[in-house]
Amino acid sequence: MTALPHSTVKKLGLVIDLDTCVGCQACATSCKEWNTGGYSAPLSDIDPYGKDPHGAWLNRVHAYDVGEGASSRTVHFPRSCLHCETPACVIVCPTGASYKRADDGIVLVNPDMCIGCKLCSWACPYGAREYDPADGVMKKCTLCVDRIYNEHIPEVDRIPACVRACPTGARHFGDLGDANSDVSKLVAERGGYDLMPESGMKPVNKYLPPRARRDATTCGKAPAPEAAPMTGDGSALDRLFAFADKILSR
Amino acid sequence: MNPAYSVILFTTASGAGFGLLAWLAFSILTVPPASSAAYYVVAFGVAFAMAIGGLLSSLLHLGHPERAWRAFSQWRTSWLSREGMFAVVCLASSALLALAAIFDLHPILQRALALPVLISALGTVWCTGMIYESLTTIRAWNHWLTTEIYLVLAIASGALLMTALLALFGWFSEGAAWTTLGLLGLGAALKLFYWRGIDCAPKLSTAGSATGLGNLGQVRVLEAPHTQANFVMREMGYQVARKHALKLRRIALLLAFVVPVLAMLAALLLASGGAAFAAVLGVLSMTAGLVVERWLFFAEAQHVVTLFYGAERA
Ligand code: SF4
Ligand code: SF4
Repeated sequence: MTALPHSTVKKLGLVIDLDTCVGCQACATSCKEWNTGGYSAPLSDIDPYGKDPHGAWLNRVHAYDVGEGASSRTVHFPRSCLHCETPACVIVCPTGASYKRADDGIVLVNPDMCIGCKLCSWACPYGAREYDPADGVMKKCTLCVDRIYNEHIPEVDRIPACVRACPTGARHFGDLGDANSDVSKLVAERGGYDLMPESGMKPVNKYLPPRARRDATTCGKAPAPEAAPMTGDGSALDRLFAFADKILSR
Repeated sequence: MNPAYSVILFTTASGAGFGLLAWLAFSILTVPPASSAAYYVVAFGVAFAMAIGGLLSSLLHLGHPERAWRAFSQWRTSWLSREGMFAVVCLASSALLALAAIFDLHPILQRALALPVLISALGTVWCTGMIYESLTTIRAWNHWLTTEIYLVLAIASGALLMTALLALFGWFSEGAAWTTLGLLGLGAALKLFYWRGIDCAPKLSTAGSATGLGNLGQVRVLEAPHTQANFVMREMGYQVARKHALKLRRIALLLAFVVPVLAMLAALLLASGGAAFAAVLGVLSMTAGLVVERWLFFAEAQHVVTLFYGAERA
């Protein structure tokens, strides 16, 4: 089972737009909510109300400060399993619990076979696997395999929970093996890229880079004139505000 | 990488246990030492206790030990699966060899049983090394000497154990002592070469390549994705400070190699009575030294996932 399929019919995956992501954590929370009751159930938490709350999550949203000085920027960065084409996490698994599906390329852990040896988490360069100490097995993104083919839910919901939840449309789901799919076109148009390509895992998920800045420092136009300071009409109320302003501005 | 005590115990104790089994098989195949049933009972007993004790400690730390049998299925791709298969073959054939040796059955039968023990004992340790060496995510383990060092250290600690056992039974063997000396020297040389190698090897992945944002400038962590350390940080975020690592390297070198070498030399000089004492001292020191060496093997190893959590290079 841990031998990889030579090729997969589809390459289902996510495209994440780092330009639009605002780091709201909706995808991560929605993922946790769906998956603690879905295929990966439970996603246990340890010490949830105590001093050291932690637990298994399948999606983590980082925030980075990139670049120097005035041109530096904040980039919100969701990180989850990239459903790699040649994933070492699958090859190292001694039980066959980890496998890559030949039809759609989804990388899954069979929770009934996993012995919780954690070797797969060592083999993944992307930190995409989190061990669930309460359940004793490895957890990872399932690409919501229990939603995308699920005919019991409305069609609009048959996409991964994270994609459905994202309020800014920063997450896209589709077949990256099909050059004509919307996601493939988006990747081509926006210069989508692989994370840590030197890992050799050939990730399927792609990231869209932040667009070039469009502001006073880059548009080439003179900055907008500063608004003239507000001058009041000299009334008592106006003087009161001016006084308050002076005190508060100290 | 988090130096989990179960894995440290497993790799050191089982390593020495399989090393001793390999030497017992080798001696039966070639020149059986002066031997008695009592010697074989004790020698195989020690080897089994170490090999099985280590295996059990790693088994008990699985999330689902009761499913461990499933780990024999994926030998086509997984070094961990191969290790499990070799270990079981080795323990089963060693049990038969132990019986044959204790009851002094026909030498040809003993030799026929010794060969699979020798091969599977070395095979087990080789697979242990390959589990680590094959992980491209950890530069320090992906070094080409990783597996060789596992093998040499297992054989060296096995040889030292056997020298001590022989001496305890009053059959101190100069050949065994000299072999041990040679292996200790080889082990120390490989380990020094390895440390130099991992210190000099370039760190090719960066926070920029991990996030793909490197072309925009330096990538710094602004906010962590979680307030408490998650599994990934607990398991893979551990790294010992460089200053401590260098001190611990010296301690490992002293205890695992220098003291045992001195003990072997002392045993050669003293012969008879004192030899057993010196050799046992060597075994104790080497055991402690290998635990430190193995702890460092984990604690010094940096996983590339740390790049997402603030490391600049890995
Ligand atoms: S991101 Fe990690 S867990 Fe997911 S397929 Fe790739 S190597 Fe495996
Ligand atoms: S933790 Fe489970 S899925 Fe991962 S390698 Fe071990 S048995 Fe396979």
